[in-house]
Amino acid sequence: MTDFDRFIHTFFNLEVAAKYWPDLLKGLGVTAGIGLLVAITGLVFGVVLAVLRALQIRPLSLLIIAFADIMRALPPLVLMIVFFFAFPLIGLPMNAFTTVWLALSLVLAAYAEESVWGGILSLPRGQSEAARSTGLTWWQTMTSVILPQAFRIAVPPLTNRVIAISKNVALGSVVALNEVLNEAQSATSNSGNPTPLTMAAFAYLLLFIPVIFAARRLESRWQWKV
Amino acid sequence: MSPSPILELVGLHKAYGSLSVLRGIDLRVYPGEMVCVIGPSGSGKSSMLRCCNRLEESTGGQVVVDGTDITRPDVDINAVRQHIGMVFQSFNLYPHLSVLDNVGLALRKVQGKSRSEADTLALAALERVGLADKAKSHPAQLSGGQQQRVGIARAIVLNPKLILFDEPTSALDPETVGEVLKVMRQLREAGMTMLVVTHEMGFARAAADRVIFMDGGVIVEQGAPADVFGAPQHERTRAFLSRYHGAAH
Repeated sequence: MTDFDRFIHTFFNLEVAAKYWPDLLKGLGVTAGIGLLVAITGLVFGVVLAVLRALQIRPLSLLIIAFADIMRALPPLVLMIVFFFAFPLIGLPMNAFTTVWLALSLVLAAYAEESVWGGILSLPRGQSEAARSTGLTWWQTMTSVILPQAFRIAVPPLTNRVIAISKNVALGSVVALNEVLNEAQSATSNSGNPTPLTMAAFAYLLLFIPVIFAARRLESRWQWKV
Repeated sequence: MSPSPILELVGLHKAYGSLSVLRGIDLRVYPGEMVCVIGPSGSGKSSMLRCCNRLEESTGGQVVVDGTDITRPDVDINAVRQHIGMVFQSFNLYPHLSVLDNVGLALRKVQGKSRSEADTLALAALERVGLADKAKSHPAQLSGGQQQRVGIARAIVLNPKLILFDEPTSALDPETVGEVLKVMRQLREAGMTMLVVTHEMGFARAAADRVIFMDGGVIVEQGAPADVFGAPQHERTRAFLSRYHGAAH
């Protein structure tokens, strides 16, 4: 056996691949599903927080700032461990899926809130004054004038954040979530061959390359039309 | 002399903490009048203007618009603002919307008009400022003068009883000032009531029905342009105008 044959046998073993691909496919589904959910709930929650902060009610703003700071400071892994192992003790049992989804959503929400809030702050005061001077309500001004502009500022940097946080679904293995990397690791131990890890790597490429492409498209499309 | 005023300020006060910027302004603007407000920076001109649609809240006195004191807490300010247009020094157009949508937004959101209705009215307003051909452009594609004319279209499309102008030409290149002033003159000829804070002395002198000189948060002097510019009664007015001599033509 040449070195190259050994390399192929170890990392691209078709026999092992054939045996474990259904498990990995299931894992890929879990990763993609949670990733998508996290992106949706995290972004929505983040925007809601930014809008609430724009109400400029001091105690509420302080709470939101504290939330955003804490969620950005804590490693997501710590959140997952707390949610999964500590919350059942205070009567809030959570399964692995909920734990990972909630932890990552909160982290993404914190970043999304900061980005959107930054976008809102960067707009000249005259934008809302002009809208209000024509009779638009605070809410109409927010939805028609402020947020569309704040999004254009916030979204490009946020796409990277969404990708980075979605990849953290892999941390779900600590709470025994059957995401794709966890499946690959089990398959690797069971078969004594790391081919499933290679497959997991390809699964990640399959999943995230389209997302990265979509993000790039979004970034260039949301430039100002000049 | 005349019908009831469209805008009446009665003993208007405005203070930021202990800093008093308006100290008892009494002013009436009658239908069809163009009143120009001049005065040095920090004299309270803009604050007074912004109290007229409550972008700034006054701290005393009344702002009566068409018979209603709009400083009362039970007034629906959003409804009132549809009748008071405002044009800003820095245009404040919405950069993410087309020129047509900039003008039509309030028609759809505030007055609940359909898109096609709003587009028709917005296009008519753009026609009046000579920019119908730019309806599909975005603000960033326009010159400063054109942007300000869109700002005027956004104000007149709601068919207001009064338009407030907050130094509408101060941010413009000298060569585009004329086109904006021309539109304002046309509005005046069409009978629009206008309250204009301006540094364009030549325009105030030539186009205004009445000129108000403010300094230190009070109205120092007011009257016909020929009187205020030609024979100012107060020393402060004379001192202010002398600095503009040569620039006033």
